[in-house]
Amino acid sequence: MAVAEEVKSKGGNKYSLIVPTYNERLNIALLVYLVFKHLRDVDFEIIIVDDGSPDGTQDVVQQVQRVYGEDRILLRARPKKLGLGTAYAHGLKHASGNFVVIMDADLSHHPKYLPSFIKKQQETGASIVTGTRYVRGGGVHGWNLMRKLTSRGANVLAHTLLWPGVSDLTGSFRLYRKSVLQDLIESCVSKGYVFQMEMIVRASRKGYHIEEVPITFVDRVFGSSKLGGSEIVEYLKGLTFLLVTT
Amino acid sequence: MKHIVKIITLLVTISALWTGLLQMSLVPRSHIWLLPIYFIVALGCYGLLMVGIGLMRFPTCPKEALLLQQDISEAKEFLKQSGIDVGSD
Repeated sequence: MAVAEEVKSKGGNKYSLIVPTYNERLNIALLVYLVFKHLRDVDFEIIIVDDGSPDGTQDVVQQVQRVYGEDRILLRARPKKLGLGTAYAHGLKHASGNFVVIMDADLSHHPKYLPSFIKKQQETGASIVTGTRYVRGGGVHGWNLMRKLTSRGANVLAHTLLWPGVSDLTGSFRLYRKSVLQDLIESCVSKGYVFQMEMIVRASRKGYHIEEVPITFVDRVFGSSKLGGSEIVEYLKGLTFLLVTT
Repeated sequence: MKHIVKIITLLVTISALWTGLLQMSLVPRSHIWLLPIYFIVALGCYGLLMVGIGLMRFPTCPKEALLLQQDISEAKEFLKQSGIDVGSD
């Protein structure tokens, strides 16, 4: 991307990338390579929060550490699967940057967009930059019609009821000012992808400056993010919860 | 103010206007009685329309999937050279 060259570590900003993993031994190595490829002149660290993956994800991370250095790749493992929200809180404790980026390890969040997040933040001074799939320049690949329909339906419902002020509520590729993320994690209680929605809705209600950048989302494992009945019920519960508590 | 309070306030305001219209009886009452039904139907139509438009204009990116495959092979090549063993998958 052309913006990669323009992004410099202005004003001594440091970016901590928090990546929760569970059985991602191949993807995490690919991700680290791509992050280093696309963030050349930026001061950053990658904090990998692995929830005791049995596939040897931590072995791979240790090998990657030997190539890139233990000061750039931090492995902060936990003994077992403990959920997404607490994974971010755990990673945040070890973050030394003044900005934090949260992204998935499965490469559905491509590191090539990182420079545009950083650039957007520097241009606008925003506290949060959130990646959105639903604007020009963004998009999704690998979803069937049913998945698209539920996604659009959920989005229209959430916008009609919550007026959140951002176009993509459930996407989780975001850059936060560290203090803001700390504040939000303390006030959010939901789990799973409702957690992502709660974070951005509460941020919007608290009056934090939020900006958006387009991202594309490639679902590589076909049907990995399909929504069943129980997910829809969880979503509706989450929506109601946000309606009465925010 | 909690968001639900905002929405309830909005609904109460609309009902107040509606009862006001009923009291004044400027237009025939039968029309005014039907207004809430029109309102609900309009809301439903709006929802369906937005979902429909969203589906028709759903942004897709088939090129990105190909680009990602290229990035993955490039990264795999680098991992091999660096002696990082990611296993058979």
